[in-house]
Amino acid sequence: MELTREEESALKGEQGEIMQMAYRILVATGEATDAEKLVPIEWAHLSGVNYNTIGDAGEEFLSGISKNARVKVKTTLNPMGFDIDNVSNYGLNENFISKQLSIRNSYETMGVIPSFSCIPYEIYDIPKNGTQVAFAESNAAIHANSFDHLKTNKESAFSALASAIIGKSPYSSLRKEDNPNITIRMKVKNPNELTYGMLGFFAGKIGDTSVNISGLGEMDKRQNKAMCGGMGTSGTCAKFIFGEGDSDCEKIDFDEKEMQNVHDELNTDEKGDLITLGSPQLGLDEISDLVGKLKGRSFQKRCMIFLPRTVKEQARKIGYTNELERAGCEILSDCCTCLSPLISKDNVDAVTTNSIKGAFYLKNSNGVGVNLKSLSQIVEDETR
Amino acid sequence: MKKILVSGKVEGIVLKSENPINFLGTVDKKTGIISDRNHNLFEKPVKGKILVFPSGVGSSVGAYTIYSIKSNNAAPLAMICQKADLTVATGCALANIPLITISDEEFSSIKNGMKLSFDTDSSNQIHYQ
Repeated sequence: MELTREEESALKGEQGEIMQMAYRILVATGEATDAEKLVPIEWAHLSGVNYNTIGDAGEEFLSGISKNARVKVKTTLNPMGFDIDNVSNYGLNENFISKQLSIRNSYETMGVIPSFSCIPYEIYDIPKNGTQVAFAESNAAIHANSFDHLKTNKESAFSALASAIIGKSPYSSLRKEDNPNITIRMKVKNPNELTYGMLGFFAGKIGDTSVNISGLGEMDKRQNKAMCGGMGTSGTCAKFIFGEGDSDCEKIDFDEKEMQNVHDELNTDEKGDLITLGSPQLGLDEISDLVGKLKGRSFQKRCMIFLPRTVKEQARKIGYTNELERAGCEILSDCCTCLSPLISKDNVDAVTTNSIKGAFYLKNSNGVGVNLKSLSQIVEDETR
Repeated sequence: MKKILVSGKVEGIVLKSENPINFLGTVDKKTGIISDRNHNLFEKPVKGKILVFPSGVGSSVGAYTIYSIKSNNAAPLAMICQKADLTVATGCALANIPLITISDEEFSSIKNGMKLSFDTDSSNQIHYQ
């Protein structure tokens, strides 16, 4: 990888230890991915926030570097482990809470916007077409590349943090070009968001860095998000390109049989003790739609709803949060279904959700059973 | 060497693994001892060695494990891999542990217990003793 004279000097430590470490991370990442140089980025979105995932090593590292590290570009943040407004309802231990708050404090000290959201593309303005960004949240990277005309690789927590501190990223892979060698043909009729989640999961398994995808009809935001969430869960692929692709692309059908395979892999139970909605977190459109579906109805079991704090605030002003609470929902901001410490196999056997991403982590990280259903089905079966 | 991911100068004894290493699940972050029964380096400490292995596997959070073993003075002197993966690359970058990749031939010629040295600033050669 070619470095400018200034970049070389920073790598040697002439701009301090933090810059030296950040450059070491970008150079190591760049060499590993055959980058030719570093390019400026305008926005970084960091993962590595939830104490459940980064643990003591992460907490100590962030606390250490936050004394001197400052981010250079707009930097937003993934969800953490709980919503401070109602954490006392969930019996989390003191150690978890204090370590999580330390992590939050470290990021804020570094100048990171405490967005605690996995849907930055829905709560911030999107920069102009072709802008280079550095998104470490997988669904957000895929959404940015596929729907928002931005350019990012599927960054790691570390490359995104180093990119935020330096304001640059290694110019490689999806930042440069995409030439998928696979075209997935959507063959399933009357798809809902669950179908698109499974399609994304399927695509992520067989795609390398990007895939062509054809046969999609009109999709709404929920379906777009579900497809990105599914893909981000199952592999390294980080972009959908809409269309048939070149004639030499291998064509692979996503049909009822393939869909059933994904369903069988992730669906373990016929019913859940608890419902979760929001993985990725719900945006205002989805909240509005849910409120419409729930008119006069109430959940017959616990239903946890995950959304960004900014969306919760908007929803509160419109009166949606009152409606949701009336229907028996628990509203949680700043956190997400995915890798939540609030759902434990000690008191939950299985969770009903419409999220493929949520299902994967509930099953593999929380160790609980999963019952997959579309939102319409959930409302029909679980409310009265 | 093929690629220099984290530069540095080092001289030491090789600890070689034929298996890939999952730092998150396999390496004790306090002692640097391999804790996976099924790994061919089971119960071996990586501390102070030149760790030679095919590549890293598993969660990217494993990079924090590499950082932790360094903070706990239990880290290898350097790492040499056949294939660069992002977890080991970022972990070595965080911890400032020299990391290079080598060809398959070079990988098979390196034996456990061998003494070797390299200095990425002066040449692209590994010296065997």
